[in-house]
Amino acid sequence: MALLEIDDLHVSFKTMDGVVRAVAGVSLSLDARRTLGIVGESGSGKSVTAQTIVGLTRFPNAKISGRIMFDGRDLVSMDADHLRDIRGARIAMIFQDPLSSLHPFFKVGHQIVEAIRVHEDVPRDVAKRRTIEALRSVGIPSPEERFDSFPHEMSGGMRQRVMIAMALALRPDILIADEPTTALDVTVQAQVLELIQALRDDFGTAVILITHDLGVVAQMCDDVAVMYAGRVLEQAPREVLFDGPQHPYTWGLLQSIPRLDAPRSDRLSPIAGSPPSLINVPRGCTFHPRCPYTPPPALETEPPLEEAEPGHLVRCHLSVEERRRLWQSLQSEHPALR
Amino acid sequence: MAVAAERAPGAEVDESLLVVRDLVKHFPIRKGVLQREVARVHAVDGIEFDVRRGETFGLVGESGCGKSTTARLITRLLAPTSGSIVYDGKDISSWTERRLRPLRRDVQMIFQDPYASLNPRRSIGTIIGEPLRLLGVSDRSARRVRVREVMERVGLNPEHYNRYPHEFSGGQRQRIGIARAIVLEPKLIVADEPVSALDVSIQAQVLNLLQELRDEMGLTLVFIAHDLSVVRHMCDRIAVMYLGKIVELATGDRLYAHPRHPYTGALMSAVPVPKSAAGRGRRRVVLAGDVPSPVSPPPACRFHTRCWKAQQICREEEPPLESKGEQDVAACHFPLSEGEVDALTRPSTE
Amino acid sequence: MGAYIVRRFLWAILLLLVVSFLTFVIFDVFPSADPAVLRAGRNATPALIHQIRINLGLNKPFYIQYWRYLKGLALHFDLGYSYYNSESVRSEIFSRLPATISLTVGAFIVWMLIGLPVGIVSAIRPRTLLDRTLMGGALVAISAPVYFIGLLALFLFANGTGLVNWFDGAGSYVPISQSPATWFGSLILPWFTLAAAFAAFYARMTRGNLIDTMGEDYIRTARAKGLRESLVIGKHGLRAALTPIVTMAGMDVGLLLGGAILTETVFNIPGVGRYAYEAITNSDLPAIQGTVLFGAFFIVFANLVVDILYAFLDPRVTYG
Repeated sequence: MALLEIDDLHVSFKTMDGVVRAVAGVSLSLDARRTLGIVGESGSGKSVTAQTIVGLTRFPNAKISGRIMFDGRDLVSMDADHLRDIRGARIAMIFQDPLSSLHPFFKVGHQIVEAIRVHEDVPRDVAKRRTIEALRSVGIPSPEERFDSFPHEMSGGMRQRVMIAMALALRPDILIADEPTTALDVTVQAQVLELIQALRDDFGTAVILITHDLGVVAQMCDDVAVMYAGRVLEQAPREVLFDGPQHPYTWGLLQSIPRLDAPRSDRLSPIAGSPPSLINVPRGCTFHPRCPYTPPPALETEPPLEEAEPGHLVRCHLSVEERRRLWQSLQSEHPALR
Repeated sequence: MAVAAERAPGAEVDESLLVVRDLVKHFPIRKGVLQREVARVHAVDGIEFDVRRGETFGLVGESGCGKSTTARLITRLLAPTSGSIVYDGKDISSWTERRLRPLRRDVQMIFQDPYASLNPRRSIGTIIGEPLRLLGVSDRSARRVRVREVMERVGLNPEHYNRYPHEFSGGQRQRIGIARAIVLEPKLIVADEPVSALDVSIQAQVLNLLQELRDEMGLTLVFIAHDLSVVRHMCDRIAVMYLGKIVELATGDRLYAHPRHPYTGALMSAVPVPKSAAGRGRRRVVLAGDVPSPVSPPPACRFHTRCWKAQQICREEEPPLESKGEQDVAACHFPLSEGEVDALTRPSTE
Repeated sequence: MGAYIVRRFLWAILLLLVVSFLTFVIFDVFPSADPAVLRAGRNATPALIHQIRINLGLNKPFYIQYWRYLKGLALHFDLGYSYYNSESVRSEIFSRLPATISLTVGAFIVWMLIGLPVGIVSAIRPRTLLDRTLMGGALVAISAPVYFIGLLALFLFANGTGLVNWFDGAGSYVPISQSPATWFGSLILPWFTLAAAFAAFYARMTRGNLIDTMGEDYIRTARAKGLRESLVIGKHGLRAALTPIVTMAGMDVGLLLGGAILTETVFNIPGVGRYAYEAITNSDLPAIQGTVLFGAFFIVFANLVVDILYAFLDPRVTYG
């Protein structure tokens, strides 16, 4: 049985301009010790999905439906007190910008001690000892001294390590990392990704990694879901997704990015247009206004997320054969995709 | 003789639009009752490079390496502490704002955050036409015609002339920034992280637009970014910066085929590759530690604190930026060998 | 930090020098009325006026007058003598200071006790009926002038003048040393009157700051830890939201210690503000000058204290 099972999740927010349907029918599952990557651009609903798991979207008064089963219980319908016991202790989260995510007025040690003592009734000195241990385990040099540092006294990479130490201090079952390296330099990103990998292997934590970077997904994840306009468009194990992606949007993403690992091309092949408004989502297939293929039914009906091959789900009206053929011809045009 | 003194030496003058020599920018840190200078941020610490007419020159490096300060120096939004900036044969490094004014037409800048650099209370037509107005084109209808032409060129609907920046998406805002930069038909555009705030699908559109404009208008482009793959895609020649110094300078193709400086190698190996087989058969170098503070940069080779190849000499003697084969230059006592590069950067291709 | 305090201190002194010079120029150089005539009273003989002029040093060049004035000010805090009753302005102000301090400190407590909770409640439930009611009320309190609220309070609640005789009215102030109970009773209406606009302003500021703070990433982190919402707001939220308010409060207290002119006048409290008011109506130049300088002194030093306090409240602020 899966550790976490999201079933037909919908999340919407009321705004002055209308109802923003941020997540529209997402189903995902995460097994113990696995890493699930959710990849998408801004407005794809990837962060909202992640935050809804731990109930953080309850605060701006989102309307939430569907089920998120964890440990036999539904987190969507769970009352605030019980959800709070899970949040931080069994499902922990780290965020994109470690500077703004740490309270500027409290010492980092105190912030971790607090996280421990919310869930465990341990004396202050025990919590402090465990905090120093946690800081050490994420590779912070001289953690006893760093305990008394304020966030602004640390570098970006160190701050993200503090966030990871805080998240993992209680040995959660699941770590949700929402764009954990987007604000960091690439050499620091490499350090942090390596750290998350190492801790995942040591503690057996399952990880949900939210990112816009397909490279990060390829390096880190076992399974990948590609989201667009609040929906999952394609979902597969990593090898399957990168060796034979089947959704035109995934192809578009892969073609949009300049690659270091292939000869330089003259021009990139961007996806036309821009992502849709989540208040007025296009009729039919949400991707059809930007899709170079647009099979006729896409204008009217939204395709279901269907299994193209075992473990590989795709939301597209094109037939599996057509998609295979198109991918092959793309590969022959663009050496970077091979 | 006076003229010659203003010009950079050698024949490069004709070929190079911009010649930068020994450029230094220090920001003082003041403390105490009398606000004495107690330390300096060594933002840019003696760099030199040429930008040739019509080429795209890349500056790449991590935060704090001095690439953005360099951008502001060569556009003379900042005054250098010392060194020379020779633009089109004229040393502009100590020119006054007044004297620089005619030059502002020739040299334009594109910024990272298009929204922050657009006045929210002005219509985009006004924003794009602002440089024309400042230049003395007082005929409103002439300005309007030119602005519409430019809007069309960068892929904005000219009918949106009277709309305001908040009505546009991030990608469109960057197009507005580009339109403003090209409206005077400049010779040189300095683009500082022009796509790093954009989604990947939009990023590609903007990169293509910049390339098209460059080719059509014969622009010289200085392209600054932290993303190596973007820089490599855009640039003919690339300088890699670390802590205020250029550590390596080579043509894009050679830099990626054979990085000489270990820092360049580490940067390249740190970029995750979107392939299922990524990482396999590839020795990733994960640099230890953080970039040291530019207030007190390490002595001798600035990279020695994080370099896995560092020896005693690296801590004692600063390596000069010198040729390591062909025209490429790198500042390293122990440049990477062919074999090391293979292990570092080429993901297995099985 | 030490160097910073020293530097700020020197600046404060320089600033006070500038203020003293400006007031000197305004009150001693510009006036069209001859101070000696004002001082001499009615039906003065030219000889008397001449004598006064010599006594006051008015026959000397103005820079020497200023120098003498400054020397007295720096060495003895000498603010001169009232033209009106020949009393020392310094001792007049000092004798009135307890009343002003009583009024200011009490009002400060009232406005913080009302303003902060109202702001917090509004911020927790933004755009609800409760929020809108409270903020609507705050807007009224901010808009209403002190003399209007003061007169209204007297008309409604004061002994003798009010519809209900709940509290002591105007002119009932006694020093706390004389009778603490009467002192307290007499100040209830002035406290609330003076506090009304401040409470409203602080409520709006607290609300705004707290709403902004609750949108910060570190609040999300606090929630992600599993912290109880009361702690998320009460500890993480308020810690950041109240910091600017504390410093603002310091400034306001400094301002009021210079004299709450309107409130003291409406309630006839013998404080520094009322003294200033009387000085103005009597064209008593030394007294006006003295109260202006005195007010400037409190404002400049409140500023200094607040800046130093800020460094302790916000660890990101480092002074060097």
